[in-house]
Amino acid sequence: MIDRDRAAPPGSPASDEDDRAEVIADAAELRERRADDVIRRKQEDRVRSAIQTELSKDDEAEPRPRPEDPGPLEGAIIELERVHLAFDRPILEEVSFAAFPGETIVIVGESGTGKSTLLKLILRLLQPDSGRVYVNGQDIAGLSFTEALDVRQQMGMVFQSAALFDSMTVFENIAYPLREHTDLNEDEIEARVREKLEFVDLVPDEVVEKLPAELSGGMKKRVGIARGMANNAEIMLYDEPTSGLDPLTTSTITRLIMKLQRELNVTSVVVSHDIRSSFRMATHIALLADRTIRFFGTPEEMAGSDDRYIRDFLGGF
Amino acid sequence: MPPLLDRLNDAAKRKVHSLQDYFILAWNALRFIFARPFYGGDLVQQMDAIGVQSLGIVLLTGFFTGMVLALQSAVQLQTFGASMYMGRLVSASMIRELGPVLAGLMVAGRVGSGIAAQLGSMKVTEQIDALNTLGTDPIKKLVTPRVLAALIMLPVLTIINDCVGIVGGNLIAQFYLDVPTSLYWRTVWEQIASDGFIFRFVPNDFVQGLTKPFVFGGVISVTACYFGLSTSGGTEGVGISTTRTVVTSSILILVLDYFLTQILLSVLVAP
Repeated sequence: MIDRDRAAPPGSPASDEDDRAEVIADAAELRERRADDVIRRKQEDRVRSAIQTELSKDDEAEPRPRPEDPGPLEGAIIELERVHLAFDRPILEEVSFAAFPGETIVIVGESGTGKSTLLKLILRLLQPDSGRVYVNGQDIAGLSFTEALDVRQQMGMVFQSAALFDSMTVFENIAYPLREHTDLNEDEIEARVREKLEFVDLVPDEVVEKLPAELSGGMKKRVGIARGMANNAEIMLYDEPTSGLDPLTTSTITRLIMKLQRELNVTSVVVSHDIRSSFRMATHIALLADRTIRFFGTPEEMAGSDDRYIRDFLGGF
Repeated sequence: MPPLLDRLNDAAKRKVHSLQDYFILAWNALRFIFARPFYGGDLVQQMDAIGVQSLGIVLLTGFFTGMVLALQSAVQLQTFGASMYMGRLVSASMIRELGPVLAGLMVAGRVGSGIAAQLGSMKVTEQIDALNTLGTDPIKKLVTPRVLAALIMLPVLTIINDCVGIVGGNLIAQFYLDVPTSLYWRTVWEQIASDGFIFRFVPNDFVQGLTKPFVFGGVISVTACYFGLSTSGGTEGVGISTTRTVVTSSILILVLDYFLTQILLSVLVAP
């Protein structure tokens, strides 16, 4: 299965037969995800509480003391270096990995292991207790929350629930970062919004005036991706992009993430429970277990691993 | 330390921490009024939601409160042959106390709950996180316009509440006590003038009657935003935040009303 998926060159659309074959297996995964959702929600509440604390901190607070600095890895666009983070218990310990331009890193692991927390560290929504987080060579772990607003503009984030602003239309949602942070006039903004909607395979005239509540789950995810890339972000972060979607829509979103990498050379970090999609889209997979990166390598290396935990994690896949 | 004391200690720490977060939120909301970018469109939208859309409920409350106040007082005033003082009684009660407090309670119930539910829903559906990732400070974008709109609109609603309350009293005075309208309004003005003026032309009653809603507006909006942004636990959490907002705001309004009255009386009616 892995060989077949990886054999498809990144760019060629998977055939309809492949998609149908995936339906049955993916339906079983969907059922498992519901139980995972309960565990994940508790974890998210802890993370949000920590973000709230960060928000209330003085922006002028001095950066936390750090160990000696070996500097960022040359050429890496995102790098986490020996990151530690704890809330009421340790969440991450000695977490290190790097992503280079155009790569798609998929972070997998059991529920509650801190996968989404890693994305929040990269966005500097959270600050590590120790270690460094480099984005384009800049250590963002030491930035104040307000200074990090600028760094975040280089990144696009797609949330599990899409997180579209429900009081705004699709057009206003995608135009939001452009109106906030660019000097584009309304004509240019409209052109950009239409371009992004077409990129995510939506017909602009059919959706621009709709409110998020009028969209299906898959359409919301695609609008979320369009909003994330509105600023021509060179880094895209995805939190469970295929969660809660039917197998065919899951396949569509997976192909879209691959299209972004292929056509725009976007660097992506994807948190996912969906092993099948992960193996299709990843250039590298990071397995988070016991608070650290237990495995980091290509999908082929992971599939060929003799590690008992990895074999168990991949299960019947 | 025994487990019970440990738990009490933790609970006390959490309360103090919450109080600290509340005041930090209030400070940031006020600080951002003067910081770019200004979200003028959001401010106008919130002024409409908080002020214009609360007009109906405030008109009804004020009108019937004025009428029932006059009706209840009529019996006592007639006993002492003091019916002509109806205007004084209604205007003093409405302007100093009932207008601000009733407008505050109505807005806490209608608007405070709405703000908490809206921000709470945004929190649990990750829209607040989305604002952060899109490079927008959620306090500046969401909290400041709501706080500023409440600070502006609650005094306006209170003035309207006072006016319709006094008009309601006028109707009862005219049709129940046969007090002429001209006499009623003359006694209303006598009451306003009798408490003196500040800066020679601003009646003390107005200062008292408008300081309170200004404070109440801030308390309602900050409380609603605080509970809204602290929401966790999905849709159930949104319901809890909404209830907490209404209960806390209402209690704060009544408690603050007492202390504000004490302070304002000592400042404005000082010998």
